[in-house]
Amino acid sequence: MPALEPAAIHAQLRRRFGEAVGDLVGSGRDASATVAPAVLPDVCRFLKTDPALAFDCLSNLSGVDYPKRNVIQVVYHLFSYRHRHWCVLKVDANRDAPVVPTVSHLWSHANWQEREVFDLLGVTFEGHPDLRRILMPEDWPGHPLRKDFVEPEEYHGIVTSRESLLKP
Amino acid sequence: MQAFVDGLIARGAVPAGVPVWAVYLGAMLVFGGIVVFGFVLPIAGITTWVERRIMGRMQSRIGPNRTGPIGFLQWLADGIKNLLKEDIVPKAADAPLFKLAPYIVMTGFVGTFAALPFSSALIVADLNVGILYVTAVTALVVVGILMAGWASNNKWSLLGGVRSAAQIVSYEIPAGLSIFPIVLLTGSLSMQTIIARQGWAPWAWNLFENPFTFLAFFVFFISALAEGNRTPFDLPEAESELVAGFATEYSGMRNLLFFMAEWGNLYVIGAIATTLFLGGWRIPWALDDAPVLRAVLELATFFAKAYTVGVLLPIWLRWTLPRIRVDQMMTMCWKYLVPLAFVNLLGTAAWMVAFPAGVPAVRAALVVLVAGLALAFLWRVRFHVRNARLTRRHLSFNPLSTARVPW
Amino acid sequence: MSLAGFEVEVQREVDGALATEDMTLSMGPQHPSTHGVLRFVVRADGEVMKEAIPDIGYLHRSIEKIAEKVGWHGFIPYTDRVDYVAAMFCNHGWAMAVEKLAGIEVPRRAEYCRVIADELCRIHSHLLSVGSMAMDIGAFTPFTHAIREREYLNDLFEELCGARLTFHYMRIGGVGWDLPPGWAEKVRRFLDRFEPIIEEYDRLISYNKIYAERLANVAVITPEEAIDYNLVGPNLRGSGVRYDVRRDDPYSVYPELEFDVPVGRGEMGTVGDCFDRYIVRMREMQQSCRIIRQCLDRLPDGPVIAKVPRNLKPPPGDCYVRIESARGDMGWYVVSDGTAFPHRCKIRTGSFAAISIIPKVSRNLMIADLIAVIASLDLVAPEIDR
Repeated sequence: MPALEPAAIHAQLRRRFGEAVGDLVGSGRDASATVAPAVLPDVCRFLKTDPALAFDCLSNLSGVDYPKRNVIQVVYHLFSYRHRHWCVLKVDANRDAPVVPTVSHLWSHANWQEREVFDLLGVTFEGHPDLRRILMPEDWPGHPLRKDFVEPEEYHGIVTSRESLLKP
Repeated sequence: MQAFVDGLIARGAVPAGVPVWAVYLGAMLVFGGIVVFGFVLPIAGITTWVERRIMGRMQSRIGPNRTGPIGFLQWLADGIKNLLKEDIVPKAADAPLFKLAPYIVMTGFVGTFAALPFSSALIVADLNVGILYVTAVTALVVVGILMAGWASNNKWSLLGGVRSAAQIVSYEIPAGLSIFPIVLLTGSLSMQTIIARQGWAPWAWNLFENPFTFLAFFVFFISALAEGNRTPFDLPEAESELVAGFATEYSGMRNLLFFMAEWGNLYVIGAIATTLFLGGWRIPWALDDAPVLRAVLELATFFAKAYTVGVLLPIWLRWTLPRIRVDQMMTMCWKYLVPLAFVNLLGTAAWMVAFPAGVPAVRAALVVLVAGLALAFLWRVRFHVRNARLTRRHLSFNPLSTARVPW
Repeated sequence: MSLAGFEVEVQREVDGALATEDMTLSMGPQHPSTHGVLRFVVRADGEVMKEAIPDIGYLHRSIEKIAEKVGWHGFIPYTDRVDYVAAMFCNHGWAMAVEKLAGIEVPRRAEYCRVIADELCRIHSHLLSVGSMAMDIGAFTPFTHAIREREYLNDLFEELCGARLTFHYMRIGGVGWDLPPGWAEKVRRFLDRFEPIIEEYDRLISYNKIYAERLANVAVITPEEAIDYNLVGPNLRGSGVRYDVRRDDPYSVYPELEFDVPVGRGEMGTVGDCFDRYIVRMREMQQSCRIIRQCLDRLPDGPVIAKVPRNLKPPPGDCYVRIESARGDMGWYVVSDGTAFPHRCKIRTGSFAAISIIPKVSRNLMIADLIAVIASLDLVAPEIDR
């Protein structure tokens, strides 16, 4: 089966899920569509299991902090080894209490990637089997990759800042 | 040795009134001391230097070359350094066992030298159960290693110690079974008697006596490698997995004792293999009227054979082969080596019944086979031998550096 | 040893009158063969593991956050540290992403220089990988031979860009310096020397019976599992999936070059075992030699860097580029908000996914096999933690 263009994939999603799937923004391979969090698991399941689409690989899952829009956006890059085509989905979550459904039951790669987004940005993934910090220590306060993150003065007695060596 | 001491007493070199057992005790301590401090410890140390030089050249590098000429004093420097290091006993370790373990391992190792021959006259105690004694004493090492692994209070050391115990105990069986054919042939367990039965020439060695003893040599060699914790059987101290296995928590002198025991054990393996299979210290001439010359020649012969088979060959194997896994090692022992050793034993017994005087044709055939293999090997590696010198030119593209690497 | 978050279920079995318990070991963070600062909490019944749970984060240096502070050009040295074993690829990936966002076109000569540097770096990284793998299995000599070859490459790189490990060779819009005079000849001499050495390596260790027995049929990863966990590069190709970003999603000048893509064929055991992943790396080194020779033959003249403003401000938008690094396809998702500083840079690395498959694959393996698995997946801690 041939590789589909992003517009064709987007059209199929629109047909099936209606307005929950936003417009296609951007061009070429980076064209993405914003998906409502509630339908995300269904959209992903459709993308994975439909024979013409067959997105068997979650190539990337990243979280991006947009404080001006007050959202934390989770970006999914999906790839199909069978058909060799791409799909980019974006999910916006409210920055104050970001909650996004998990897709770790569909792609095992999502398990650790979602843990990383949870750890560094504070997004809770509903339904994740093992949501705990992965890179930072378990008792680290705050989520470091957020734009408004202020690191604590000290951590277990270790001071986190240091006098500038350039001052006289 | 006993004959020598008796001779001393008969000639009145010992003051009267001293009981005989005291003289024997004193003589044992003196001779034991000479052997240990004059031979065993230097051999264990020098073997480390030999290994590091050979290892270096096999790995396209030089090895120790700074302390003393061609780095010869490196082992001495390492020994002194280890003596001066801080003696760390982990707080949660079982201190008495922790401290005792290296000494038990050393005992198991040094104790064998009481029955190892060096020449026809130089042997501390020519026991009539010589080979049995040696095998039994080397088994003490297991106790020491288990103690070290347990008392370190470290799960990795425990794993190393238990692996080692399993390995050594398992490989005692094929090793012992490979010794039996020789004992059958000789009719005695005494080391000197076994050597006396063989001749000086390769075709008179026990190795080529019949195909079963030939195979028994290889079974013995592999089992002895495994008992000595050498690659490919060095799981107990598998550096990449267990850091240093049972010896992880040891520092300073205690660590040194473990590793001296390992390297010295190589010589013991060689000595046993030489005694049993390679004709021991036998030389072509009787030299009854020049005892010193005879002792020197016999010692040189014995040492050359024991060192080649026991030290140089295992070093070569260690730096070429990877390490096998625990279950593969056990499989090899129980499913392959033990049945083969039994076959050798039964085969030797059958051969002795069928051909009481041996079959010269078979001996000759085996000697020719081994000689042919050796020549083929030398022919194959002549290119590498010729190109073995490292020069700076090979090491860098820098066109300005043409200096030869200091040897 | 902190077991917080790792409450493993220790099973007590009462076997007759003897109660047995599983042993919980902590392998790392300091360990000779975890390829960096990694830690595995291993629950073992004697030698057989029930579970091996990775604990990462010891080498987390917040490189992605630093990107937001140092700007587009200033981030390039940091990319070296993302995967310092194969630093050229990281430079290249970042440069590609920024060039795509800003619409910068890279001169042809620069593209060829990039590919030459990339492929030399691939050989560099694979040598370390196969050498360490041999060392972990217990054969110390192949490691030193691999390091010896790497020394030649270090000399070449030092002449090219001044560094032996963290190269900082590529720039946005091209490469930092042109190839030094006479360097191409030295590379050819190195390749002439190196290609027979791969065969020597094969004779020394690859098909050695003990080595093959240690690796064959250990930790078999099926193609479906590999794709599910997003394994990439030699790990994926070792499982039989013939996918290479250079061939199937090409970038730079790879469409003009001829090379094969080796896949695992289950030579010594099953397709997808540790041996396949190892042998794919060996074969890839041979293919890299081919690619470098072709590039050197076709090297065009011209500038080696495009005119890129110092105060670069790519238009707002995002892009996702992938590059076939030594460890597989490395994804760079870069978001620009129109200022001189990146808004977000996410680096999706092959080792991150590879280490996540270890709990699944290491059930009922021995501890010695865990070492073989870690080495065959070619994990490097800086890539995992960033």
